[in-house]
Amino acid sequence: MERKTKITAEDGQQDMLITREFDLPLELLFKANVEPEIVEQWMGTKVVKLESRKHGGWQYETSDPKGNVVFRANGVIHEFVPNQKITRTFEMENTPFPVQLEFFEFEKLTDDTSKLTMHIVYKSVAARDQMLKLPFAQGLNMAHDRLQAAVGKLV
Amino acid sequence: MNLRRDVFQAIADPTRRAILLLVASQAMTAGAIASNFDTARPTVSKHLQILTECELLGQEQNGREIYYHLNPKKMKEIAQFIEPFRKMWDDRFDKLENIMKKYKSKK
Repeated sequence: MERKTKITAEDGQQDMLITREFDLPLELLFKANVEPEIVEQWMGTKVVKLESRKHGGWQYETSDPKGNVVFRANGVIHEFVPNQKITRTFEMENTPFPVQLEFFEFEKLTDDTSKLTMHIVYKSVAARDQMLKLPFAQGLNMAHDRLQAAVGKLV
Repeated sequence: MNLRRDVFQAIADPTRRAILLLVASQAMTAGAIASNFDTARPTVSKHLQILTECELLGQEQNGREIYYHLNPKKMKEIAQFIEPFRKMWDDRFDKLENIMKKYKSKK
């Protein structure tokens, strides 16, 4: 698989760039980020609220198979320019992570391709680095759990 | 000399990243590397020292010359660190792309 998504996180900076080019017209790329039922599908979370407009709010919620809520995030939309940009805040609830500021920019490349640039600004360098390490840490935890499960069967 | 130099600190500098890119294709002497930059030679030497200390570069003596080469093992370690985060977004965006391609053909 080609590595299309690029992460730029300069050391000592409290921001990060996530860029990705899509084989999709700009309008479809934008639509995928504003229609709740589409966002739900690719983000893998329940969209409780997504008011795609200036002063609108959003709220996501993810539950485990037993129905326990394992992830809840929310924020406010500050700027909303169709097919151009969305500026919003992002906060993970019930975590020590401070709220972050996100600038989404949508660009047309050709009639059939487009680009998304997410510029995320964190409260501190440490907060950014922690967020960046989160999936890495989760991967380690999962590996650790699998190891424990495997060891458990041996005993 | 700072023995506990951070790899991430090392790659944060744009000149050092440019050096890594240069030697990625072939091993080079300090002089050959320096000739690619407007920066003073001692500054380039300092960068080489930092990159060598944190094992991103390896040194090899060839006659009177010291050649610098990229240490792919160390480079991989760095990539792996951010990789799960990148992969998470890459997976999401792959899904987005697939969903919208179907959406397009449905219309």
